[in-house]
Amino acid sequence: MSRAMKKREILIFRIIPLVLIMVFIIFPFYWSLNTSFKPEGEIVSRNVTYYPHDFTVDNYVQAWVDVGFSQFFLNSLLIAFISSAVTVFCALFVGYALDRFKFKGKNSFMLILLCTQFLPSSMLIIPLFLTFSKVGLINTRMSLILVYTAFQIPFSSIMMRGFIQKIPVSLEESAYLDGCTRFQALLKVVFPLLTPSLVACLSFAFVSCWNEFLYALMLINDTTKMTIPVGLSLMQGQFDVNYGSLAAGSMIALLPAIALFAYIQKYLVGGLAAGAVKG
Amino acid sequence: MALGKGRKSSRKSVSLMSSKSKLPYIYLLPAMIFFILFMAYPILNVFFYSFQNYNITKPYLNGFVGIKNFVQVLSQDAVFKSSLLVSLKWVVSQVLLQLILGLFVALILNQDFAGRGMCRAVVFAPWAVSGVLTSMLWALIYNENMGVLNDILLKIGLIDTRVAWVSSYDTTFWALSVAELWRGLPFFSIMLLAGLQGISLDMYEAADVDGCSRWQRLVYITLPQLKNTIVLSTLLRAVWEFNNVDVIYNLTGGGPVNQTTTLTMYLTQTAVRDNNFGYGSAIAVIAFLLLSVFAALYIKLTGFSKEEE
Repeated sequence: MSRAMKKREILIFRIIPLVLIMVFIIFPFYWSLNTSFKPEGEIVSRNVTYYPHDFTVDNYVQAWVDVGFSQFFLNSLLIAFISSAVTVFCALFVGYALDRFKFKGKNSFMLILLCTQFLPSSMLIIPLFLTFSKVGLINTRMSLILVYTAFQIPFSSIMMRGFIQKIPVSLEESAYLDGCTRFQALLKVVFPLLTPSLVACLSFAFVSCWNEFLYALMLINDTTKMTIPVGLSLMQGQFDVNYGSLAAGSMIALLPAIALFAYIQKYLVGGLAAGAVKG
Repeated sequence: MALGKGRKSSRKSVSLMSSKSKLPYIYLLPAMIFFILFMAYPILNVFFYSFQNYNITKPYLNGFVGIKNFVQVLSQDAVFKSSLLVSLKWVVSQVLLQLILGLFVALILNQDFAGRGMCRAVVFAPWAVSGVLTSMLWALIYNENMGVLNDILLKIGLIDTRVAWVSSYDTTFWALSVAELWRGLPFFSIMLLAGLQGISLDMYEAADVDGCSRWQRLVYITLPQLKNTIVLSTLLRAVWEFNNVDVIYNLTGGGPVNQTTTLTMYLTQTAVRDNNFGYGSAIAVIAFLLLSVFAALYIKLTGFSKEEE
């Protein structure tokens, strides 16, 4: 193949499609960022500007202080962190038991884990809402933490099992020879080796909880306890939408998720292939 | 592999792996408690409520009604029927769009070029974006008056008047679809890229020797090799899109005239907006039964029962 032809082929099959895809992916991010730095007048003007002509950070101040994103942010952080920490704790033991033990009912348990991934979250809204109402947990952050943990455990467990599979059993054996009990071996040998995997699991769960909307909408109605997705949704539903603070709020909501994404990126392939419906 | 060998020998020597030990059950206990309280019990409850009249706004009518809810859903509810069709249209179009574009992206990203890592990171980024956020980002683009889409199309001359993309009867479904495609693209790209990397290079070299064209390589080597990945990720994504509510709820709210009300969206409206819990539970039971078919198919296709013997 001649050089010119090769060059043309690269242009057609790689560069042009790649540029188109990248524009498609990046543009919505850029547009929201762009909007978040424009003053109100410039945003609603029919003369659309492609970069902020009159740069301002007022929208961020307004979203953070007036709309209450500081409180939403704190709530989201608290709920997502506690949920994912408890999730990873439970998943660690499930993953370990599933890989290192043979026991009666193991197959059924695995099957249940898989099947939970097919449940629509909207299906359990009604019974959980009613149950939480009965026990007085409605409109508490605790209700969300409990639901999120329960929903995250199956996926985290499947993922954790995969990570534990990769740690050689022989390491634990030498610990037994040194007089460790099974539990001590888990704590002192397996646990330290698993640290990066635990962080990956935690991040996956955190992003899911951070992004969850439906339960946060249904179980909480007190503004001081709301999470970011519900706060955003309410802002958009208002009659007189303030697009500037909406865009700023979106950027605030995006930041932690993208930061964690940078870390978990290399685990994505393994994680998604683990049979999770979460995408 | 050395690792595999070590595992095998240890299976024998570590007696704790025997089936008599209670330890595994203790390890499963915390997860089981969460599962029973917040999944198994609510599922039973959904079935229970589906036979009840349970509406917070009309408490005087509450009580056991037998299969009345199901009869009403299946025979008299026009929204339910249309929501089934919308769900079908939504799932099929989303999965197809995401699969085709995802394969395209995966094929590009599988090539060797400078900056590939960076490109991958960017393309995968929408994976971390929530449904609510996706709808915010796209609402700013679609907006009738200040939206950039109208501005660009007007400037190019493709349209003469501003279009209300999200709230017009004709465009709403496709406006929603593009937003969801944006968010769903990473899933297929990631899965298919992993599949592509598992294909042996020898096959392509042999094809090159035989003088295969780019297209022939795709049809005769790549696609057959990717078959399993494609089937499984399609199935998983179909379930996921069926269950997907966040984007629809926030971008179109199911409207206009229920054009974007999928079954799960209808269920959400019945629960969240109407507080009609008995009726909603009946819809939930129907959704549950529909999804069981998918779950069974998935389990059969992955050969789960064989693998774990």
